[in-house]
Amino acid sequence: MSQISTYIVPAFVLFILIYAIKRKTNIYDSFLVGAKDGILTTFHIAPAVIAMVFAINLFLNSHFLEFAFSFLNPFLNHVGIPINILPMAFIRPISGTATLAIMNNIFSIYGPDSFIGRLASTLQGCTDTTIYVLALYFGSIKVTKTGHALSAGLFADLVGIIAAFIITFIFFGK
Amino acid sequence: MVNIIWIGFILIGSFYMILTGNSASLNDQILKGGIDGIKLLWEMLPLLVLWSGIMQIAEDSGLLAKFSSLVKPLLSKLFPSLKPDHPALGYIASNIAANALGLGSAATPFGLKAMECLQKDNPNKDTATESMVTFLVLNTAGVTIIPTTVIAMRLMYQSANPSEIIITSILATLCSSIAGLTFDYFKRRKK
Repeated sequence: MSQISTYIVPAFVLFILIYAIKRKTNIYDSFLVGAKDGILTTFHIAPAVIAMVFAINLFLNSHFLEFAFSFLNPFLNHVGIPINILPMAFIRPISGTATLAIMNNIFSIYGPDSFIGRLASTLQGCTDTTIYVLALYFGSIKVTKTGHALSAGLFADLVGIIAAFIITFIFFGK
Repeated sequence: MVNIIWIGFILIGSFYMILTGNSASLNDQILKGGIDGIKLLWEMLPLLVLWSGIMQIAEDSGLLAKFSSLVKPLLSKLFPSLKPDHPALGYIASNIAANALGLGSAATPFGLKAMECLQKDNPNKDTATESMVTFLVLNTAGVTIIPTTVIAMRLMYQSANPSEIIITSILATLCSSIAGLTFDYFKRRKK
């Protein structure tokens, strides 16, 4: 699987180039125009990216989330939900790298083929970092009034998390 | 909204660190917090530059227009306010395709370009348009078909069947995407 994915990007790029040759596009000039655009975009979004990464890292490194979840632990134990999975579900909208670290931790303790390992895998695959993407995309074009984007995104995440739990249970059992 | 998120993260994080006696680490965060952002930008810069260049080739050769006309029937349902030949549609389609294949880092430049295109004909520059919100929902619901990172990590931990989670991921993704788009649809109609 990971073998196949290494061919996707090169195939994509080559296809674009060959198509452009066939259409007699001025390829090099086009590339330079786009590349300049890319540099401008990077500078354009730089303040927003730095601001957001700063705030998100400060929040994650304060370990407030662990503290918040420690109250839920007795309850979760009682219901039989694996504790480690919850922080993962809650941090997923904020940081992809953080959940990847949690998934890594779950794999090393329970193994990737345990119920919680499969659930973590499904969770990581099924939703994206809503708050992060929202802050980055809207920040880059200086939109501050985002309408119902956040509520819709978080609603989608919630449904995804619940669905991941049920679907993993149906497919692999406990 | 972005305002509240930003301030919320900083205030909660700061107060919690002070209350737990971690003011030294808070001090560190504030003084060195910019580095991680710069690192991310530094990693994104070459990607953005290269992909913008390649996408410009695709745009100039007419490939992008052709591609977006292929996915147009679906996209024009999702983005009724955009004209079928709107340049943003090509970037939106590319972003979704890259996300679907699990190429998260390649998807970001497309997404940023799509937002830039949408912003060009936005009458209120500080307010998100309907198309922007729909695009964001579609994006954050994460239409993943091949979660490459997860499979690679399962492989690393010697899973008996690393790719068995593809089908569960797709099903869960479908649920969250449909939920997000339905939510968006009803919110739009209420206006």
